[in-house]
Amino acid sequence: MPKLTIDGMPIEVEPGTSVLQACEMLGVEVPRFCYHDRLSVAANCRMCLVEMEKAPKPVASCAMPCSEGMVIKTNSPLARNARRGVMEFLLINHPLDCPICDQGGECDLQDQAMAYGFDRGRYGETKRAVKDKELGPLIKTVMTRCIHCTRCIRFAEEIAGVPELGATGRGEHMEVGTYIEQAITSELSGNLVDVCPVGALTSKPYAFSARPWELRKAESIDVLDAVGSNIRIDLRGGEVLRVLPRLNDDVNEEWISDKTRYACDGLKRQRLDRPFIRRDGKLKPASWNEAFAAIAARLKGVPGERIAALAGDLCDAEAMVALKDLMAGLGSPNLDCRQDGAAFDTSCRAGYLFNSTIAGIEKADVILLVGTDPRHEAPLVNARIRKRYRRGGLQVGVIGPGVDLTYPTTYLGAGPPTLQEIAEGRHDFAAKLKAAKHPLLILGAGALARPDGLAVQAAARLVAESCGLIRDGWNGYNVLQLAAARVGGLDLGFLPGTDGRGTRGILDGAGKGEIEVVFLLGADEIDASRLGQAFVIYQGHHGDRGAHRADVVLPGAAYTEKNGTYVNTEGRPQQGRRANFPPGEAREDWTILRALSEVLGCKLPYDSLAQIRQRLVDANPVFAHTDAVIAAAWGSFGQPGSLDGPPFKSPIENFYMTDPISRASVTMAQCAEAFVSPATGKTGTHG
Amino acid sequence: MSSAAAIAVEQPESFAFSPENRARAERIVAKYPPGRQASAVLPLLDLAQRQSDNWLPRAAMDHVAEFLSMPRIRVYEVATFYTMFNKTPVGKHFVQICTTTPCWLRGSADLVHACERKLGISMGETTPDNQFTVIEAECLGACVNAPMVQIGDHYYEDLDGPGMEALLDALARGEVPAPGSQIGRSTSCSVKGPTTLLHVPKRQASEPEAAPAAEPDLATAAADDAAATVDAGAGVETAGADIGTETADSGESGSPKTKPRSRARAKSKTDAGTAD
Repeated sequence: MPKLTIDGMPIEVEPGTSVLQACEMLGVEVPRFCYHDRLSVAANCRMCLVEMEKAPKPVASCAMPCSEGMVIKTNSPLARNARRGVMEFLLINHPLDCPICDQGGECDLQDQAMAYGFDRGRYGETKRAVKDKELGPLIKTVMTRCIHCTRCIRFAEEIAGVPELGATGRGEHMEVGTYIEQAITSELSGNLVDVCPVGALTSKPYAFSARPWELRKAESIDVLDAVGSNIRIDLRGGEVLRVLPRLNDDVNEEWISDKTRYACDGLKRQRLDRPFIRRDGKLKPASWNEAFAAIAARLKGVPGERIAALAGDLCDAEAMVALKDLMAGLGSPNLDCRQDGAAFDTSCRAGYLFNSTIAGIEKADVILLVGTDPRHEAPLVNARIRKRYRRGGLQVGVIGPGVDLTYPTTYLGAGPPTLQEIAEGRHDFAAKLKAAKHPLLILGAGALARPDGLAVQAAARLVAESCGLIRDGWNGYNVLQLAAARVGGLDLGFLPGTDGRGTRGILDGAGKGEIEVVFLLGADEIDASRLGQAFVIYQGHHGDRGAHRADVVLPGAAYTEKNGTYVNTEGRPQQGRRANFPPGEAREDWTILRALSEVLGCKLPYDSLAQIRQRLVDANPVFAHTDAVIAAAWGSFGQPGSLDGPPFKSPIENFYMTDPISRASVTMAQCAEAFVSPATGKTGTHG
Repeated sequence: MSSAAAIAVEQPESFAFSPENRARAERIVAKYPPGRQASAVLPLLDLAQRQSDNWLPRAAMDHVAEFLSMPRIRVYEVATFYTMFNKTPVGKHFVQICTTTPCWLRGSADLVHACERKLGISMGETTPDNQFTVIEAECLGACVNAPMVQIGDHYYEDLDGPGMEALLDALARGEVPAPGSQIGRSTSCSVKGPTTLLHVPKRQASEPEAAPAAEPDLATAAADDAAATVDAGAGVETAGADIGTETADSGESGSPKTKPRSRARAKSKTDAGTAD
């Protein structure tokens, strides 16, 4: 391993480490624009020049591999002067429009100009100007500000897998763009804003909203898919202005999906800010006491088996455990957290988790995707698979919708019969899985939310067992959940009790009048018309499908407004922290249930966040291990059955509108119009 | 040419290689190792440009991208990088006047004026009848015979204002003037013939046979060279001559099939004469 000296400090590094990386290990800061940890090295900005002894001129540290005996000086007069020169050239064509630039205050060029810039320019000619590009509803461009670092080009090609950006023209006339005007068709395009070191690519919805120093930052967890991306919420006053990714190499690295980033404007629209009671067929505002009284009056004398509860996709574990305890208090066994109607076997935790973990995808060499479209169901899982693909030697087989996943796949079949063939070892792909070192199967949530879900689950288990997906230290059986609340609900046992009804049973029962009262905890994805004459209590944060059908509406908190625990698809409990307060009279969800329980005469035994968190741990010890994945023991699950059902299809038709928050978001509506095919994107109002 | 201007041009709906060009393209691609077919992007773009009236419509770039399984933007990047690819339509005779310093010192401004006067257009414009496009070009590498212009695939050297006008007249009449020096100079020799090494010392008897023996008659040597090139151009397609020679016959400039590689430096009255 090469040993070298940087600024007088000796260091020994892995072969292949660049000088810049070695500098970072020592805590020596080297300015850079084009270099990015997760992108290929372009070495075209020349800002990271350092002095290397015995070299005739400064070297670009990002592209210089460390070698034995190197002596690097990062802060010598030569290096400093070289960087000053680079900065002067960069500023020649950069408009000094910082006062009207959205990047101001968080701009790499601005920051580094403080260190290496000069207080006046020596360039007297006219600056070049570049026409702005139209990249869709998410990214605003001011291309004159572009310093040609090519990070966006590399991001689009390498991470997002949509080679649509490029540098056209040459020299003075070089422009970064798509050449033909087109929006970037990626679910990760918002990250271009983050990788751009200057104000050339900025967030369109956030344009001219705030300066970074005005913002309050809160660290939280995203709930719009089951990945549980780590996010930072930026607020001014009580208003959520934007969502940015937070670094977590195990989950989202440093990317987030466009829905995570841009759906936050939905938090301000369609909100339930006070309780409502349906009177004369219309929802009328009411006080909390009136709403609770109305619920208590309706529930009086209703036996437990005629009451049911459904938990939605965005619920925190605290609210679900409170509702579960409340239903237990009311004597109801009818509860389910799988509002998509999936009835898979939950007896074994490994049977519904993404067992290999998301980071584990990077080990895989053969991947079988069953009934899933990870690009739209979990863009960051797809980005991981693509990352693995770029390293080479990955084979991906697909059973289900043959969609473009940004990496080459082998289409094996459309439906369950193909899965059956693999499970029975009759298919070529079974041999590939068997021969693989780290074989992986990803079973989509859509493949389980079918009448033959149990049989699909059993077949997938059979594939896992017969093809060697389960071995020492490796579990390649993965379920890609869709909802942030799902694994938490399953871990808490928010499931039908003895003789209880699941989602299908509850809806059927409500339709037939066997269920009189249905409590919907943020459950908006059910067919509300099937609730029949049931008395519907909706607790949630948006006036969406559930609230429209409700008889009593209890206004809850959205994910930014509560301290909530969410278990992602890997089974990793993560805690989101409250960033602001729910609007109006709305409250944190578990506190609403705690208050309601008192009115209903079955008081829940927790009064503080600490106490309810303890209740979570009592319900399932995994909740004690925040941010960690506790490997689930393998077991038997599923129920072998006939596998001749229809082809698999992805449950996500419109990536940009999957939940009450994104449906309320104007930005997401614009995206749906721009990116989703007219067939699904257009609504009745399109004439 | 900014990309914005190129986008604004009216683009043909579609483009596809003609069967002959398709076969040619496949031969070019076959020269590269499997999986490296993108290396063929330059010769294929050239082929596409020759097929579509000396400019590259977007459909042609898209076709090349598809042919080579490349993302379209990667082809746009290449096509916009090289000034030899025209992203907007050009006239039948594409006149590139070298105005870089040596040509300028030798009077390239006169050529520019001659063109502007004769054709009634400024630099970068096309005549209304789509016969001529005139642009300024950076050094075309024929400084010895400055000033010069490139028209289509051919170099016309040692020009002056009236010579340029005569050239344009000839082209307008549909003739193909002989390329090379327009004052009878042989390749880049001195106009007045050889000025040095005029006397070859007699070989001493004791010297070995391998010493240079032949008369260093430059004109003859050039003619020999040119003849060799002509053979290559007229005969079978050779591996090294795909862009120039192989595709020269696909050009529709009406030049005889036996024209040598036009950008080859061995351009002279002699070789033109040999070719004809």
